[in-house]
Amino acid sequence: MTALSLKDVSIMLGDTPVLESINLHVKQGEFVSILGPSGAGKSTIFRLLTGAVPLQTGTISCASHEDSFAFMPQRDALMPWRRIIDNLTLGLEVQGVARKDARTQVMPLLADFGLADFTTHFPAQLSGGMRQRAALLRTIVQGRSIQLLDEPFGALDALTRTQMQTWFEDRWRAARWTTLLVTHDVREAVALSDRIYVLSQRPARVIAEIIVPIPRPRLGRPPSTQAHDIETQLLEILLHQTGERS
Amino acid sequence: MQRPVPRQTGRELARGVPAVLSVVSAFVIWEIYVRLSGISPLMLPAPTRVLDQMVQNRVLLWDNTLPTLTATFAGFALSLTVAFGLSIMLDFMPHVRRALFPIFVVSQTLPLVAIAPLVVLWFGFDLTPKVLLVALVTFFPMLVALVDGYASTDPEIEDLMRSMGATRGQIFRAARFPSAMPYFFAGLRISITYAVVAAIFAEYVGARAGLGIVILNAKNSFRPDIVLAAVVISSLLTLALFAATALLQKTVLRWRDVEGDR
Repeated sequence: MTALSLKDVSIMLGDTPVLESINLHVKQGEFVSILGPSGAGKSTIFRLLTGAVPLQTGTISCASHEDSFAFMPQRDALMPWRRIIDNLTLGLEVQGVARKDARTQVMPLLADFGLADFTTHFPAQLSGGMRQRAALLRTIVQGRSIQLLDEPFGALDALTRTQMQTWFEDRWRAARWTTLLVTHDVREAVALSDRIYVLSQRPARVIAEIIVPIPRPRLGRPPSTQAHDIETQLLEILLHQTGERS
Repeated sequence: MQRPVPRQTGRELARGVPAVLSVVSAFVIWEIYVRLSGISPLMLPAPTRVLDQMVQNRVLLWDNTLPTLTATFAGFALSLTVAFGLSIMLDFMPHVRRALFPIFVVSQTLPLVAIAPLVVLWFGFDLTPKVLLVALVTFFPMLVALVDGYASTDPEIEDLMRSMGATRGQIFRAARFPSAMPYFFAGLRISITYAVVAAIFAEYVGARAGLGIVILNAKNSFRPDIVLAAVVISSLLTLALFAATALLQKTVLRWRDVEGDR
């Protein structure tokens, strides 16, 4: 079942065309990545979906009604003045859930996210990886049908990023959240996705759609030749893109 | 996590030592100068004489400290209410902000020497003119701090809340207001140091009692020692209020003092 589809979506920001006739869809329980060069307008797609940018041309349709998206921004955007537990319940609070009930909903998930012992800590007391896990849990807890992840591991150091990706793959295999991931990291896209859309430079068009049929788990073991081939193919598309314009 | 606490307190005390030393040595130099030069106490009384006068006139000073404190607190309470109320209104109505802000700036350009007698003329010798003057002097730093503080909110946090479907009011309460708190306390610390001085000045211009009246009467009867005694009390009041805001800030902004593990 298709959870989300964009048809012929174009966006102008001021006089700059940012998105040009974007077509993409995400199926229920599918992990889809949007891969593109920096500044291509990947994040604009998310801003469109969360309502920060109004739709100009084209159509967006979702299987469920409004409020189907939970958004995880690039930086964790944890509120430094709130303890972790209160950051986690923010989305539920906004929905009007009482604080106590919100905490009850979050509690059973804490262990899987490695946050059980840190609920009363402030974000500044946590490591980058833990903050990112908290930001992800804050997203999941909202109970929306589609998770939008905007370069969730981009700000982490290489080692932490690999650890987080491996951990995330585990969690995803257990929960199968319908996920749309924006990234410019080819390896990350191949490691996590069922399908990958490659965007061109600005104005962004979909220039390739690649299915990743590699069995999971893919991380925490030597990369398969199949993964290597797809990575090479994606890199070539991307490099060709950037070369074309410079 | 528990161990470093006493060491930190010790270090904070140690950091206070130079300040105490410099203040004490200033008074010692003053005392020595007065004693050696034989200058008349009508010109410059020694610190010990001021202290002596404080003890001798303690009833008079205490009775006149109370009205000053009342004016300070009432004025500051008014100022705090107005600053918060206005800041919230201005945050929700940017057009009004552009219209009203120049007026607030102008209100800060009025020379107190000119405006204070007028306010006393309009509102009499009671508490009202003092409260108004204290509020006039102290509300602006807090208002500016709050307005700037709201604007300092991390746009990613606001985007996040919007993606959650938060209303403007929810975003204000959960993101903009807490973001403004460090700014607010910076403004509060500036304001509070003006408050006592403003109250005393308002009394000086026209009142029935208060430290301002003590200063006025002492000056007119050539008693610089009593003037300085009142000044010492005024300084102590301001220092106490400053310490109180620092304490409040430490409690409210506890999240800023936590040590990162990274």
